[in-house]
Amino acid sequence: MTLLPVTAPHPGFWTATAMIAAIILSSTAGEVLTAAAMKSIGDLDLIRAHSGLKGAIRAVLTCPLFFAGVFFLAAAFFALLFALNHMDLSLVAPASASLTLVTNAIAAKLFLHENVDRRRWTAAVLVCIGVYFLAH
Amino acid sequence: MAHHTLTPRQYLILALVALCAPLGDTCLSRGMTQLPPIALAHPATLVAAVFTPWIAVGIALLIGFFASYLTALSWADLTFVLPATAFGNVIVALLSRFWLHESISMQRWIGIALITIGVSFVANGPSLTERPQPAGEPVPEEQTQ
Repeated sequence: MTLLPVTAPHPGFWTATAMIAAIILSSTAGEVLTAAAMKSIGDLDLIRAHSGLKGAIRAVLTCPLFFAGVFFLAAAFFALLFALNHMDLSLVAPASASLTLVTNAIAAKLFLHENVDRRRWTAAVLVCIGVYFLAH
Repeated sequence: MAHHTLTPRQYLILALVALCAPLGDTCLSRGMTQLPPIALAHPATLVAAVFTPWIAVGIALLIGFFASYLTALSWADLTFVLPATAFGNVIVALLSRFWLHESISMQRWIGIALITIGVSFVANGPSLTERPQPAGEPVPEEQTQ
């Protein structure tokens, strides 16, 4: 590919940190709210088996928590688009993806009361470091 | 108590979660770096970016990711589903190595190993936190294994 992308000058440390923090915070809030919504709805495969695809879609679209989750996920999406326009993928992707895993594990433990045992903490940390190495 | 093991169909949904997200992100990245810098003062240009080809394909893949992600979250914990999402990066890296013949640095191989070990930790455990059924609520139908 010979296309030459036009990129913005690289932002300073605090601006870059703020951009990545915005992605992480909104993404964590969105994922926890969405997970809470899906747990309150129940197994979508079972709902689809009983009420069809329309029934499953209706079950999701009539859940207010789902829209709260989508709002924050949309905010995270636009924060990601904005950051990618100003910074390299090699910085934005590993920083946001790896740190989001840890913040989500903390939030899932605190707000969703998931059983985040030693096995899951170990996995979160290993995957966090792994994603950083892989995407950096 | 059910052990919450996954059915082949549920593994397929986790595979979709893993694949669609990194492929979608790659398309978005490619699309956004080809655009001129966007300022916060002009948010409309960010919306217009949605209709460029690479970003449109990226969004289509991310919609596929979101549908399978929601389905997975309805029967598994968030801390079980998220490592599966990260495993998609490993699949994409291996595809780029063996299909596109791109070279993978030692650092990336270490990353691949760490993610694989981390995901295997989670995959060997239960997919859903056991909770006592609150009194007065209807008992959901048992899932067929």
